[in-house]
Amino acid sequence: MRHKLFASILLLWLLVSVFGPLLPLTPDQIDLPNILAGPGIEHLLGNDELGRPVLDRLIMGAQTSFLVAIWVVAISAVCGTMLGAFAAYSGGIMDLLLVRIIDVFLAFPGILLAIALAGVMGPGIDNVIIALSIVGWVGYARLARAQVLSLKHRDHISAAIALGQGRIPIVRKHLLPLIAAPLIIEATFGVAGIVIAEAGLSFLGLGVQPPAASWGSMIRDGARYMLVAPHLVLAPGACIMLVVLSINLLGDNLRDRLDVRIG
Amino acid sequence: MNTGYIISRLSSALLVVVGVVSIVFLLIHLVPGDPVEVMLGESAHAADREALRAALGLDLPLLQQLFNYFHGLASLDLGQSLHSQRPISNILADRLPATLELAVYALLFAVVIAIPLGIIAAVRKGSMADVGAMGFSMLGVSIPNFWMGPILILIFSLWLGVTPVSGRSGVESVILPAITLGTALAAILARMVRSSLLEVLNEDFVRTARAKGLPESKVIWRHAMRNAWLPVITLMGLQLGTLLGGAVITETVFSWPGLGSLLVESIQKRDYPVVQGCVLVISLAYVVVNTLTDLVYAAIDPRIRLGEDG
Repeated sequence: MRHKLFASILLLWLLVSVFGPLLPLTPDQIDLPNILAGPGIEHLLGNDELGRPVLDRLIMGAQTSFLVAIWVVAISAVCGTMLGAFAAYSGGIMDLLLVRIIDVFLAFPGILLAIALAGVMGPGIDNVIIALSIVGWVGYARLARAQVLSLKHRDHISAAIALGQGRIPIVRKHLLPLIAAPLIIEATFGVAGIVIAEAGLSFLGLGVQPPAASWGSMIRDGARYMLVAPHLVLAPGACIMLVVLSINLLGDNLRDRLDVRIG
Repeated sequence: MNTGYIISRLSSALLVVVGVVSIVFLLIHLVPGDPVEVMLGESAHAADREALRAALGLDLPLLQQLFNYFHGLASLDLGQSLHSQRPISNILADRLPATLELAVYALLFAVVIAIPLGIIAAVRKGSMADVGAMGFSMLGVSIPNFWMGPILILIFSLWLGVTPVSGRSGVESVILPAITLGTALAAILARMVRSSLLEVLNEDFVRTARAKGLPESKVIWRHAMRNAWLPVITLMGLQLGTLLGGAVITETVFSWPGLGSLLVESIQKRDYPVVQGCVLVISLAYVVVNTLTDLVYAAIDPRIRLGEDG
């Protein structure tokens, strides 16, 4: 029951993110008579400080968070896994170098470096994706490296080497499928982390720029009117919390089912 | 603890510090286009641009700039703020105590909440208390601090009027920021205390302690918890970075005058040398804490030493 509820929330997030642009929404339409109006029949979640419908802007924000999360996790997971897997398989100086680079990146509190990078590169969704990917690849690289190190001396790898297979086919065909499960789980939790990080950067004014909406920027703008229109803060925050909670539960569930221990 | 381990750990920390300083140095070179033009604006005079370029050392070869940056750091010279013209080290020194105060209170809050919660959840595994504690844990990591902060302000400052809305003025002003910053850590720690204690509770020595007729509180505190601390301490060290990173947003929400809000203010003012300084100090603090955590860990657990644990 509980899992169905959270799966439905994730499905809804996915659907409104993918099909949102097809809906007849008016997220940017200023409606001065309805400034800070509370939830009602015409506008289910009320209107913001410019009279724009909060529900429509939430859907627009869902698209932003989904887009950023998918891009960042895809870029980080692919780059991190490739680097980690090849370095571990090759060993020697390459592996040593990667370990040192990982150590340095891990020395930065992740969100701090992302804030500094996004701040220096300038606001915008592209720079948010770049900043979060620069920070995000490290976790996947570390995990892929550790997994490959524990697998590379197995018999089937020795057999592949004896058959004359090259480094790339061995990693791609014989190692990646074996390390996929923990990486999928890492990526699942990664999506939750990126949803919060994107909203955090947008809250600081470093994410999407007006009139585009992000759940984070909606909270920042709504905080000024909290006493008279708390729905402006409550609605986007509840969306972030529900999506992140659902993803975390999905991750927990996947971890139990695939019987993987990461740590 | 053997000195070989200490030297090895410290030298690897030193390498990390060199890497951190290099990345922070390169930060200013990530500015798209000409960083000087971005800082001064397009309408600035050519002479002003050249003056700033020379002041920042951007007219020198990159390696020379890096060397100068390290050289300046050695004498705690991080340059000057472009906005206030004050030495950056002085600005950071003014703001550091507020961030440390917030981090300490947040850590205190996290520990006070997490340890009893984790112990109750482990001792009464499967009960309603366990479900509730783990529910709190799951919620704690899912609630973003930039949402929790405004909600706490709404309830406790605006509706009940028991805490200040923002700023740093006395102990009561740190309560809401510390709760906001510490909740996620409390959630993670509670989970770790629970799982760590559950593992220890199945050990033979705990059964022996119970068989001796010791009261359950003594079994938990004197025997089980003493062995369950190690992963909890390590996690606390590792999570301190997240705490310091999270402080950037929490300080902004509560206008807390620490390094985090200085970082955001400096980004808004395009005062990039100060941005560099903030990132550097927070990251170096993190490296120091992590190194100390490793050393403490090795000191209290003889199994965890370089070469012995592979």
